[in-house]
Amino acid sequence: MQFMLLFSRQGKLRLQKWYVAHPDKLKKKITRELITTILTRKPKMCSFLEWKDLKVVYKRYASLYFCCAIEQDDNELLTLEVIHRYVELLDKYFGSVCELDIIFNFEKAYFILDELLLGGEIQETSKKNVLKAIAAQDLLQEEETPQGFFEDHGLG
Amino acid sequence: MPAVRGDGMRGLAVFISDIRNCKSKEAEIKRINKELANIRSKFKGDKTLDGYQKKKYVCKLLFIFLLGHDIDFGHMEAVNLLSSNKYSEKQIGYLFISVLVNTNSELIKLIIQSIKNDLASRNPIHVNLALQCIANIGSREMAEAFGNEIPKLLVSGDTMDVVKQSAALCLLRLFRTCPEIIPGGEWTSRIIHLLNDQHMGVVTAATSLIDALVKKNPEEYKGCVSLAVSRLSRIVTASYTDLQDYTYYFVPAPWLSVKLLRLLQNYTPPAEDPGVRGRLNECLETILNKAQEPPKSKKVQHSNAKNAVLFEAISLIIHNDSEANLLVRACNQLGQFLSNRETNLRYLALESMCHLATSEFSHEAVKKHQEVVILSMKMEKDVSVRQQAVDLLYAMCDKTNAEEIVQEMLNYLETADYSIREEMVLKVAILAEKYATDYTWYVDVILNLIRIAGDYVSEEVWYRVIQIVINRDEVQGYAAKTVFEALQAPACHENMVKVGGYILGEFGNLIAGDQRSSPQVQFQLLHSKYHLCSPMTRALLLSTYIKFINLFPEIRTQVQEVFRQHSNLRSADAELQQRASEYLQLSIIASADVLATVLEEMPSFPERESSILAVLKKKKPGRVPENEIKEGKSPTPIANHTNDTSNPSSASGDLLGLSTPPTSQPPSSNTGVLLDVLGDVYNSKPLTNNTSNTQQNLYNPKKFVCKNNGVLFENELIQIGVKSEFRQNLGRLGLFYGNKTTFPLQSFVPTLLWSDDQAAKMSIQMKPVEPLLEAGAQIQQLINAECIDDYTDSPSMMISFIYNNLPQKITIKLPLSLNKFFEPTEMNGESFFARWKNLGSSNQQRSQKIFKANGAMDLQATRTKLMGFGMQLLDGIDPNPDNFVCAGIVHMRSQQVGCLLRLEPNRNAQMYRLTVRSSKESVSVEVCDLLAEQF
Repeated sequence: MQFMLLFSRQGKLRLQKWYVAHPDKLKKKITRELITTILTRKPKMCSFLEWKDLKVVYKRYASLYFCCAIEQDDNELLTLEVIHRYVELLDKYFGSVCELDIIFNFEKAYFILDELLLGGEIQETSKKNVLKAIAAQDLLQEEETPQGFFEDHGLG
Repeated sequence: MPAVRGDGMRGLAVFISDIRNCKSKEAEIKRINKELANIRSKFKGDKTLDGYQKKKYVCKLLFIFLLGHDIDFGHMEAVNLLSSNKYSEKQIGYLFISVLVNTNSELIKLIIQSIKNDLASRNPIHVNLALQCIANIGSREMAEAFGNEIPKLLVSGDTMDVVKQSAALCLLRLFRTCPEIIPGGEWTSRIIHLLNDQHMGVVTAATSLIDALVKKNPEEYKGCVSLAVSRLSRIVTASYTDLQDYTYYFVPAPWLSVKLLRLLQNYTPPAEDPGVRGRLNECLETILNKAQEPPKSKKVQHSNAKNAVLFEAISLIIHNDSEANLLVRACNQLGQFLSNRETNLRYLALESMCHLATSEFSHEAVKKHQEVVILSMKMEKDVSVRQQAVDLLYAMCDKTNAEEIVQEMLNYLETADYSIREEMVLKVAILAEKYATDYTWYVDVILNLIRIAGDYVSEEVWYRVIQIVINRDEVQGYAAKTVFEALQAPACHENMVKVGGYILGEFGNLIAGDQRSSPQVQFQLLHSKYHLCSPMTRALLLSTYIKFINLFPEIRTQVQEVFRQHSNLRSADAELQQRASEYLQLSIIASADVLATVLEEMPSFPERESSILAVLKKKKPGRVPENEIKEGKSPTPIANHTNDTSNPSSASGDLLGLSTPPTSQPPSSNTGVLLDVLGDVYNSKPLTNNTSNTQQNLYNPKKFVCKNNGVLFENELIQIGVKSEFRQNLGRLGLFYGNKTTFPLQSFVPTLLWSDDQAAKMSIQMKPVEPLLEAGAQIQQLINAECIDDYTDSPSMMISFIYNNLPQKITIKLPLSLNKFFEPTEMNGESFFARWKNLGSSNQQRSQKIFKANGAMDLQATRTKLMGFGMQLLDGIDPNPDNFVCAGIVHMRSQQVGCLLRLEPNRNAQMYRLTVRSSKESVSVEVCDLLAEQF
C-alpha cells in the first residue's frame, strides 16, 4: 500500500498515512486531486479506480471516506477488508466510532493503524490481537500519575 | 466535545474545539497563528516545560500540520520526548517524528540513539514502538543503523511473536530502501522457515517479506515454494473454526492465503517435485470448488474475503498458464461474475478475463462471453467498468470476431464517454489494421472512426491509413472513392479533409473517369472545405492542388487561380503564402516532364510496427491490455524472471502480417513521419535534445543497391529520402533532407566525397542547397551523374550541420553503384547459354563467389532483389528451377558491357554460388561483389 487517507464528505482530510516518501507538496497535490475525484463519484459505482498510475480502493462509512492507494498487483477486494478491519477496530476501541472521535483522538487513530499496518503491509489481521496490543499501551499510560491537570485547566 | 480516551489532554481538546468553531477560514488561520505563537514562546521560554506540557504542545503542532499547515519547529522537543520514561510521552514523540520526518543530521543521530535504547528494552511494547518508527521513516540512515540488528530480532528464538511481526515488516521497509541490507547464507533458510511458524500473524508478516526477497533473488529463496504450498494447503482445507481469530467472516486466513498465492506467482509451476505441483493444483481446485458453494454469510465482508482469495488463485492459474482445465474453470467462474449484482465483482472479472484472453488454453473460453462483455460496454453505469469491458474486447479480439467487435466498438463510440474515446479510437484502429483481410474494410473502419470521433483521432491514426493505402495498390481506388463520398457530407471533420486531401492528391486519378468525380468536381469539393480548415490542413490542401495540376492538366488554370489568390496578403499565414506562390511558379515554369518527376506518386513506406500501438503503450505504460495470445508455459523449475515471454514489444514485430519480402531493416523507433516531398512545417514534433546517444539510426546503404527510392537515412534529427532514375549512362537523384526537430539546422552543407580519379569514371554534378534547414521543413537537392567508365564502390555524401549549437556530421553512401546503369536484356535460353559459354572461355572475364546465406534463404526475397538489381531476370532457362539467371548491359559513355549472371542457392548448405560473366573483367568483379553482399 502506498498511502491511506481518511476524509469527510465535505472534503476535509481527517487522517493521512504515507508509506512511500513524497515531498509535502506532492502529498498535498495528490490528496486534493484524489479527494475531488472520489467525491464526484456516485454511490453505486465501483470501489476501485485507476487514477494516474495508481490503483485506488475506497469505501464510505457514514460521513467518512477511507481511501487506499495500492500497488498494481495488490488485491483490491482484500484492501476493502483492510479498511473494514480498521473501521471495526476503531469502532470497538471508541465504542461506535464517529468522525468526531477521530478528530479529537487522531493520535489514537494513528496508533491503532500502526498496529494493523506496518510499512504499508498488513501486520496483524486478528482483531483480538490488535485490541490486546492497544489495551497494553493504554495500561502503561494509566500507570503514569496524571500531571499538569491544574496547569492545563482553562489555559489551553 | 466527545469524551477523550486514555490520557486526555484537555488543552488539546479545547484547541481542537476552537478550530472547529471557527466560522471562516480566516478565523481558523488567526486561531492557529495565535496558538503557534504561544507554543513558540513556551518552547523558547526560560521556564523549563515538563513532559506533559511538551507532549501537549507537540500534539497541537501535529494537529496543525494535519490541517494542512507547515510546521518548521518542535522537532527538538519531540526528540526530547523519545527518551521520556513515560510511555504516553514517548509515543507522542515517536508519532511526531514519524509524521514530520526531518532529515536534520544532528536530530537523526539523537533519534537513532533513542530508538537503539528502546530496541534493547525488555518491554515488547517499547521495542515495537521503535520498530514502527524505523519502518515509518524507512530512510537510508535507518537502514544503515539497524540493518544488522533487525534480522537478528526476526529469527531469534527469544523474540516474542508480536515483535517478530513488526521486525519482519520493518526489515521489508528497509530492504525496499536499501536492498543490500539483507544477509544471505544461513539466514535465507531461517527466514524461509518462518513460513512454518506457529503464529499466523508471524507467517503473514513474514510472507510479505519473503515475497520481496524472492523478487530480488528467486533462485536463492526457491525453497519457499514447497513450504508455501503446504501452508496454503493447510489453510484451504481448514474449517473456519480451526483458525479462530484468523478466520475472517467465515473465511480462513484470507490475508495469508492471498499472500501465499502471490508469493507463488514469482515462480513457474513447480516441476521438480510432482507432489508439490499436485498439492498446489488441489488447493486451486478446492478454492474454485468453494466458490460454487452457497455463502456462509450474507455479509459483503464474507463474499469480499472469499472472492479476494478466488481472484488471487485465478491470477496464479493465469500466471502458471499450464493447466488447461483450471484455466477453463477459472474462465467459467469469471463468466458468472460478469452478471453479478456487485459492481466490484463485475469490474474485477472483466479485468481478470483480459489476462485469460491472452492464454492459448482459455482464449476460446473467454470468447464465449463476448455478448455479455459487449453489453457491459454499453450498459454499465460506471465508466471504469465500461473501460474494463473495452479492454477485454480488445484482448479477446482475433480473426474470427474482429469484424463484429470492431463494429460494436464503433457503434458504442458514438455515445462513449469523452474520457475513454481517444483510447478506444486507438484500439479500433489497431484491431482493424491487425485483423484486416480485406483492406477495403480497414479503410471503411478508419473513415468511420474519423466521422464518428474525429476529434479523438490522433495524427498517428490518419498517418497510418495513408501509409497503408500508399503501400497497397489494390485498395487505392477504393480509398479514393470512399473518401470522396465521405467528403460530400455537409459537415465533415477536418481530419477527414486531411485524409481526403492526401489520398485524392495521390490517387484522385483513379476515380476521375467517373463524371460524378471528375477532376473539376474533386477540386471544387476539396476547395469548398479549404476556408474552414486550420493552416496545417490548408497547407496540405495546397500540396494536393499542385499534385492535381500534374494529374489533371485540364484544371490547371483553375488551380493556378487559387494559388494566385493565396499567394498574396489574403493568406495571413506566411507558410501558406509561400507555398501558394512557389506552387504557382512551379506550375508556370516547369515542363510537364519536370512536374511529373517532382510530383510523382509517393514511394512505399518502409514496413514497421504500427505507430498507433506505440501511442497506446505510451498512454498506458504497463497497463496496455494485450492482444497477443501467448503459448502455454511448460513447467520448468526456473524462476519466472528468466523465462518470462510476455514482453509486449517482442510480440509486435510484424503487426500487420504484410511484410512482403522480408528486409533486414532494423525496427524504427520513430513514429512514421510522412515523407512529404513538399515539406510540412506544421508537423514538427517535440524531440529530446539528446542527440549523442540512444538514437536509433535508420541507415542501410546495402539495401539501396537493389532499390532506387526510399528513406536512405534517418535519426532523431533528420530524415534523408532519395528518389532516383537512370537512363542509359545517365542518372538523376533527388535527395530530400527533412528536419525532424523543432529547431532550425544551421550551416547545413552536404559535401560529396568522390575523388577526382573516381570522378573521371563517373562525373557528378550537384545543385547547392540553402545553408539553413528550418524546423520541420524539407529541402531537395538534385544530383546528376554520368557513368563514363566502370568503377567500384559508390560515392558518399557528408552532411554537416549545427543543431542546437552542436555540430553534427552524417556520412551516407549514395545509391550510385555501377549496377544502376544496367539495361535489362531479354534473351532466350539458347542464346543465353551460347554467350555464357563464350564468355566463360577466359578466366579474366568471369568472377565467382561462394558464400553462406546471410539469414534465412527466402527465394521470393532473392527474386525481388535480383529484379531490383537492374538486370533482366530470365525465367525458365536454367534447368534447375531454383537457380536464377540474369542478363543486362552496363551503359558507360565509352562503351557498353554485356553481362550475364547465375545464382545457385543450395538450401541444404544454406549457401549461394554466384557467377558473373562479362566482356570486361573489372565489371564482372564489381557486379559480383555488389550482388554477393545482398544475400
